[in-house]
Amino acid sequence: MYRYDEFDRAFLEERVAQFRDQVARRLSGDLSEDEFKLLRLMNGLYLQLHAYMLRIAIPYGTLSSGQMRRLADVAERWDRGYGHFTTRQNIQLNWIRLEDAPDVIAALAEVDMHGIQTSGNCIRNVTADQYAGVAADEIEDPRVWAEILRQWSTNHPEFSFLPRKFKIAVTGAELDRAAIRVHDVGLRMRRDDAGAAGFEVVVGGGLGRTPLVGKTIRRFLPKDDLLGYLEAVMRVYNALGRRDNLYKSRIKILVHDIGPERMAEMVDAEFQAIQAEGGVSLDPELVGRIRAHFAPPVYAPAPVEPPELAALERADPAFARWRRTNTAAHREPGHAIVNLSLKPHGRPPGDATSAEMRAVADMADRWSLGEIRVAHEQNLVLPHVRQADLPEVWRAAQAIGFATPNIGHLTDIIACPGLDYCALATARSIPIAERLADRFRDLDRLHDIGPFRINISGCINACGHHHVGHVGLLGVDKAGEEFYQITLGGSAEEDTAIGRIVGPAVSSAEVVDAIERLVDTYVRIREPEETFLDTCRRVGNAPFKESIYAAA
Amino acid sequence: MPLLRQGVAIEDAWTHLDDAAALPADAVAITVTGARWAAERDRLLARTGPLGVRLANSEAVDGVEGDLPRLGLIALHFPKFSDGRAYSQARRLRRLGFAGELRATGNVLQDQLLLMTRVGFDGFLMTAPDAERRYQAALAAYDHFYQPRRIVA
Amino acid sequence: MTLQVITANRLSDGVVVFRTAGGRWSARVEDAGVLDAGAAEAALAAGQADAVRPVVVGVYLVDVVPGRSGPVPVEFRERIRAQGPSVGVRGAFEVAAPALPGRAIQDEV
Repeated sequence: MYRYDEFDRAFLEERVAQFRDQVARRLSGDLSEDEFKLLRLMNGLYLQLHAYMLRIAIPYGTLSSGQMRRLADVAERWDRGYGHFTTRQNIQLNWIRLEDAPDVIAALAEVDMHGIQTSGNCIRNVTADQYAGVAADEIEDPRVWAEILRQWSTNHPEFSFLPRKFKIAVTGAELDRAAIRVHDVGLRMRRDDAGAAGFEVVVGGGLGRTPLVGKTIRRFLPKDDLLGYLEAVMRVYNALGRRDNLYKSRIKILVHDIGPERMAEMVDAEFQAIQAEGGVSLDPELVGRIRAHFAPPVYAPAPVEPPELAALERADPAFARWRRTNTAAHREPGHAIVNLSLKPHGRPPGDATSAEMRAVADMADRWSLGEIRVAHEQNLVLPHVRQADLPEVWRAAQAIGFATPNIGHLTDIIACPGLDYCALATARSIPIAERLADRFRDLDRLHDIGPFRINISGCINACGHHHVGHVGLLGVDKAGEEFYQITLGGSAEEDTAIGRIVGPAVSSAEVVDAIERLVDTYVRIREPEETFLDTCRRVGNAPFKESIYAAA
Repeated sequence: MPLLRQGVAIEDAWTHLDDAAALPADAVAITVTGARWAAERDRLLARTGPLGVRLANSEAVDGVEGDLPRLGLIALHFPKFSDGRAYSQARRLRRLGFAGELRATGNVLQDQLLLMTRVGFDGFLMTAPDAERRYQAALAAYDHFYQPRRIVA
Repeated sequence: MTLQVITANRLSDGVVVFRTAGGRWSARVEDAGVLDAGAAEAALAAGQADAVRPVVVGVYLVDVVPGRSGPVPVEFRERIRAQGPSVGVRGAFEVAAPALPGRAIQDEV
């Protein structure tokens, strides 16, 4: 994985010193809140419902064990001993004191971490497939390019005051685990006819108030043209993105208004101009160094499907179920990718305590070459586990409650912090997730239901990605009561789709029963091998609508 | 309002004409709006004195592209510090080879001066007092940039 | 009659605070000075002066009703804001309050 060099560290030290000065000026009254707000947000420090919240970037979702331990230490020393992993591969600490914030970001900088560009109208933390570099279905490790984008976009002088925030996601794999079609720019690696790797460029996806699926404006872009082409996209957006209305200022609205063909033409014209001026050149030596950081690790020879695995699977069906559900195919023979579920039943999705973070760091050191990934589904991943170690890893995960075999299943719920923490929220998300997990805690039932994604957002801003849940729940306020609007049929994968609203919002008291009736209807009407999403696409909303409102 | 040129407070040597104002004597350095430049280009180019253009941030820089060698000043406007369109205009003008003064006007604040210098601005019309000190402080904050030295040529 | 209290976040640590009848700030909504319509505006102006000093940030009025142990916010959002998250810090999340001597609730600024 990427390690900061002296340049990166020197940059970060300058940033820490600058922020320390800004906090001192604020506390002394030299800076007003209006002036300071932008400066703290540039470092990821929000003022939330209860306190200051620090959003820390985990670039392309890759984390070392040492960084995870530092997060645990920071959460314990300066916060309340836990953190929340988000849908954008960030971690949020909910109770940071402004007075402590400079020390906190200094402590993070020591392990090459920060909150830079986790807020503001700039290019945000670039996200990637959590299986990058190890997925069996991958063309190339996309993190090389995600890191190049991180460097290119950091404090970019031209693109720090865009019309609105700008989110980029990258994947190198066939299966889209990075939700690239609901990002401002999504990049998907492809090969051209000659076999060279490059990118499909998708622009103008996004959720929020106006959910839109991104459009491909370039089928194949040679890798070396990436920065020049993205610079052209950014320049077109910076000039033409709307600035008169906050809710219409994302690039998705521009692409929607002018059409993807016109967008492609304008970007191409700008790209030609950039090329004519000499292009955006990449220092080959720097690219070489970045590439070397992401070279596949040297794996010790590992037995493929060692017999004791099959024996344990026979002896202990719980292990077999966990392996089937929570591990994925690895490109290296004899290895596996292990998902640690941050959705233990009855806990806020995506939360981990300092003790749990340390335990995960220890597991990574022992079984995963010291590396951890963060998935946009708010789970953690050990990317380099030997198959032979799976039984031990399973037991260790069980010991901290992260072995619930629910990855990709109904209780693997994506949820934003909601009204329990967020100043923007209109309703709570976490209690609904907890109640649903409790209702569906029976594992046999969970697995009989099969692949099922519920996403919950506490407001229209859609941080919980409700539009792309198979079932989406959007919290709304109705005369002071929490209600939930239900959408069906969404997906964030290759077949990205925006869920359709099924009918009037359902009260908090009724929503879990309504979902249960919907699930029972699916189980009753599904055809063999049909997932909920398949059924939903086959039959439409009608039968589910009927069951949701049956008892109401 | 303090006017900085490359960090030093100076008097403004330019006369900024609105669209209805009569043209002064030939030797007077003048700026006009982008609209007036488009309408009276030939007449303006016939003058012997220094010429400048003030562009709104919604105007494309193409309108002055062919005249850059003749222009001594281009003023770009920030209606709010958070409206970043002029950063793109400035970068484009410099890449097209504009060598005169590129002046930032409007909501020009200390915390954005460094970004502005990095896209090519070298003149700043500020409202805050002690502009020179602010400029020094802003430029001293960073010595490390990913662009242009690292990524962007 | 509408009753109100004044709330804000404390600048130094972000904690939700309420303005007492004596013009101080308390982390407990129970300590808030309850204002009727006639008194609210003047008290709000005084509270906002504390945002300039600066001691607090984001000063505003919240509608309340009288409760057993003091004012209770009317809006659900404000009740959560006054009482803290309804989830999370329990069970496996049982952690000691941050070790911040002298900064316990009831800290006045």
